[in-house]
Amino acid sequence: MKAEPTRRAMLSGSIGLASALTAPLALAGCSEPSIPGTLGGADWRRGHLLRDGHLPAPDGPVEDRGIVIAGGGVAGLAAAWRLKAAGYDDFTLFEMEDYVGGNARQGRNAVSAYPLGAHYLPVPNREARALRHMLEEFGMIVGEEDGAPVYDPFQLCADLEERLLWRGRWQEGLFPQGGISEEDLAQYRRFDEEMAVYRALLGSDGLHAFASPMAYSSQDPALLALDRISFADWLTHNGYTAGVLRAYLRYCCRDDYGSEPENVSAWAGLHYFSARRGWAARGDGSRELTWPEGNGRLVRLMGQRIAGHVVPAHSAFNLAVRDDGTADLAIHNHRTSRSRTVRARAVILAMPHFVAARTAPAVAARGGMTYAPWVVANVTVDRHPGGKGSPLAWDNVSTASDSLGYVVATHQNGSDPTGPTVLTWYLPLSRETPQAARKILMTRPLADWQRQIRADLLAMNPDLDGAIRAIDVWRWGHAMISPRPGFLSAPARLAAIASRPPVLFAHSDMSGLSLFEEAHHRGVVAAEAALAHLDHAFESLI
Amino acid sequence: MAEKPVPDVSAAVDEPLRPPAALAVILLVSVLVVATCGLIYELLASTLASYLLGDSVTQFSTVIGTYLFAMGIGSWLSRHVRRDELGVFVRVEIMIAALGGWCAAGLFLLFPVVSDFRIVLYALVFAIGTLVGLEIPLLIRILRHRFAFRELVSNVLTYDYVGALIASLLFPLVLVPWLGMIRTGFVFGLANVAVAVALLIHLRAQRRVGADLAIALVVGASLVAGLAGAEKLQRLSEVAFYGEPVVHARSSRYQRIVLTRQGSDLRLWLNGNLQFSTRDEYRYHEALVWPVLGRVENPTRVLVLGGGDGLAAREILRDPRVRHITLVDLDPEMAALFRDTPELARLNHHALSSPRLTLHNADAFQWVRQAQGPYDAIFIDFPDPTEFSLGKLYTESFYREVARLLAPAGVMTVQSTSPLVAPRSYWTVATTLEAAGLATRGYHAYVPSFGEWGFTLAAHRPVAAAVRLPRHLRFLTPTTERAMFDFPIDMARRPTPVNRLDNQSLVRSFGEEWGEYEG
Repeated sequence: MKAEPTRRAMLSGSIGLASALTAPLALAGCSEPSIPGTLGGADWRRGHLLRDGHLPAPDGPVEDRGIVIAGGGVAGLAAAWRLKAAGYDDFTLFEMEDYVGGNARQGRNAVSAYPLGAHYLPVPNREARALRHMLEEFGMIVGEEDGAPVYDPFQLCADLEERLLWRGRWQEGLFPQGGISEEDLAQYRRFDEEMAVYRALLGSDGLHAFASPMAYSSQDPALLALDRISFADWLTHNGYTAGVLRAYLRYCCRDDYGSEPENVSAWAGLHYFSARRGWAARGDGSRELTWPEGNGRLVRLMGQRIAGHVVPAHSAFNLAVRDDGTADLAIHNHRTSRSRTVRARAVILAMPHFVAARTAPAVAARGGMTYAPWVVANVTVDRHPGGKGSPLAWDNVSTASDSLGYVVATHQNGSDPTGPTVLTWYLPLSRETPQAARKILMTRPLADWQRQIRADLLAMNPDLDGAIRAIDVWRWGHAMISPRPGFLSAPARLAAIASRPPVLFAHSDMSGLSLFEEAHHRGVVAAEAALAHLDHAFESLI
Repeated sequence: MAEKPVPDVSAAVDEPLRPPAALAVILLVSVLVVATCGLIYELLASTLASYLLGDSVTQFSTVIGTYLFAMGIGSWLSRHVRRDELGVFVRVEIMIAALGGWCAAGLFLLFPVVSDFRIVLYALVFAIGTLVGLEIPLLIRILRHRFAFRELVSNVLTYDYVGALIASLLFPLVLVPWLGMIRTGFVFGLANVAVAVALLIHLRAQRRVGADLAIALVVGASLVAGLAGAEKLQRLSEVAFYGEPVVHARSSRYQRIVLTRQGSDLRLWLNGNLQFSTRDEYRYHEALVWPVLGRVENPTRVLVLGGGDGLAAREILRDPRVRHITLVDLDPEMAALFRDTPELARLNHHALSSPRLTLHNADAFQWVRQAQGPYDAIFIDFPDPTEFSLGKLYTESFYREVARLLAPAGVMTVQSTSPLVAPRSYWTVATTLEAAGLATRGYHAYVPSFGEWGFTLAAHRPVAAAVRLPRHLRFLTPTTERAMFDFPIDMARRPTPVNRLDNQSLVRSFGEEWGEYEG
């Protein structure tokens, strides 16, 4: 029942007023109240024990295992999921942290679950067979229509997906509209058209110029040559110079790669815009799957499948390949501070390359990998953010901020437009060198981060003044591999891809793109290689 | 008692008289203006108080009492003004202009956000009263050299009382109906500023007036801005917007719940959207409930989604065949209000306390996904799809879950907004229910406080035309019920998209259609 929708405006109006009234009081006090919250991140202490060679030598009897997976991020979990799906049980996954999930980990409080990192998965391409297989198993693909998969509408990101704060007003979509010169708009349209051409383009080998997983991309040398220059240079050479377009593309590069366009390979830059050909019925191909806890949902479901095989708080080190074709791995238990030896017929090093290089210095080729540091904050607020113009979306971005904005954790689950929620705020520290940025991450106190995050949020949503209940800050020192120019031919990457049993690598570092699809693909490929090595029968999903 | 000396006044009488100069004329006009303004502010505050707090006799008495008492304090305080009466008078005028000019707008805006409105109200009334109380004593002292005492008292009090008459006639006959309370405040604030500015300009030859003039102009500018933006302020201010006395207002975690009363008509508003008027809610609720119950063989188990006011439940509980109602509403405070407030519980015949009813305070969007059926009758009575979050409750995915809960021979209905104002939105509901695999039949009823309102019946099988209605109804007969299914051309079915979680086409069309309608 209910008439007169213009009155919608009223409630937001009176909230705006309330904050306008309280703001001067807050200023008068001249000191911001301290905000509850925690400062978290990957366990540096444990990581540095490995780096500095302080892990004690193993003792006790040697344990035997068919396959050992070292690392419980998405690649390691995917490998374990693949083993389990093939009916293979003689494996253990060791994870250094207390929780598996890596970048896709989640947090939770009284208001909602929320992501600590990755928060969505685009509807996969046709070539991502293994991933689609898993999504079907997880009830995310619910059927088939006209030969194409049907995705569960409750798990596809609900409308409104994105909004942008542009010149003081929220608008739908992420590219600014209004007040843009014809010339700039023409450049944007031309860029869009060129990306559509690349999306359809096949290389000389008949493969898509850009595929997802990227391993299925064409190896046409003319296309691979794009890796020699930066995305920024490619844009300039091709006449994409409009400030507003470059700002949008910079946002995209930082969003997916945590890096500035100057530090991103043109091949990777084009991959971002040209590789997505999501395959789904009902026209859902360009949509995303998302959950309150982000990709933590996928982590939890994979974890459930392999329960009993996962051992957290254990670091692997001192990998040694033996003459009989098995491999010995020292395993350190961080809780008891003791180490033991596990002997496996195959080892999957599902860890970032900078860790693998220390775990297995004899096997992992050095160099050529840099990592982008990130800060992710989960901000608990008493009420949903509003704003002038377009209403609250899942992803909310401001052109005036160096952060990537925030996603709304409760976007998918409820129909309550007002009450408390959690906003996940993202900032890649791409302006500094990774080393300088990691120094900031290690030294900046919680209160400073909270001040910065609060100011950034209030600049976007002054209506949140007085509504912030907690700001929990999470630091990722090595959040993402950076696809720098030349990354395709980086020796460490090529060596990892060429690895053969008993030691296999599995990580999105091998794709140079820190994406769920890439990690999943690398995990599945390694698992299948290990299964083949052990003569375990399976039907390949690759 | 005649012997009591009155030294000040006699001194004034003794002084040589000067002809009334331009200043005296300005000052006498000022008496008229300030008297009018003073009474206007008093009337504004009283009216506002009775409007916002109800019980007009009490509000008028206490506000006027406070105001007059404050004037007394002001008069008493005037003795402490020892020199420069004119300067003080000008500053008092500027202060009255600021406080009085903004009082109506300020009170309206503050009402929903302050915890104790009475404190704000009486503080403001007291402040304005005190300042107004200073005016006349100061004016008398300023003018004492220009008139004989006899003349002076006569002049000042005459203008004072004439001003009062002007104000008391203007206020109900012209100002409230034509300007509204917020604009009235600003206009009279500007009159106070005008007095101050006129005096300052007149005095500029004799003294430095720059700072005072600047402040007066700033206040004036703020009043002009307020006047220009009065429409916007009105919309910002919740209470001004209801246009009728508010008897209950509170914010729950989910929404702003406001009850207003005009005579015997009680109205419920959620976030400013009218939910019902006691005058005609029976039309709405009979139309919501009986087309369903009249088409179900044996409606033992019933589900109501939304409807925390218990009025739909009241109607359903009239049917003795109904053994149990499950009612799902997001906001516990709504249900508590309509269960525990005697007057409101009477409206729904204590339906929310019925042993035949179980209340779940949950988000229906989540609740339906884990609920188990079957229900013989389902009533969906959500707020209109004004926002994306509410639009989720009208999607194909949501209806698929509801259809899962509906018994094979069950019937459900959905409140579907106005087919006259928003025909595309109205028929989007039917298209969407059909996409979810249900058969539909649309119908509409005239509910005066909403206008022409629409509903959609849905079932797993084609919906029967035949209906069995009880006799005790106030609105529906079998004949009028049949007529509800007939749609004239301007509301006739038209092709629409399916409303899905990922396109929210309903929220978009709803915004467009109601936007056009309301202009």
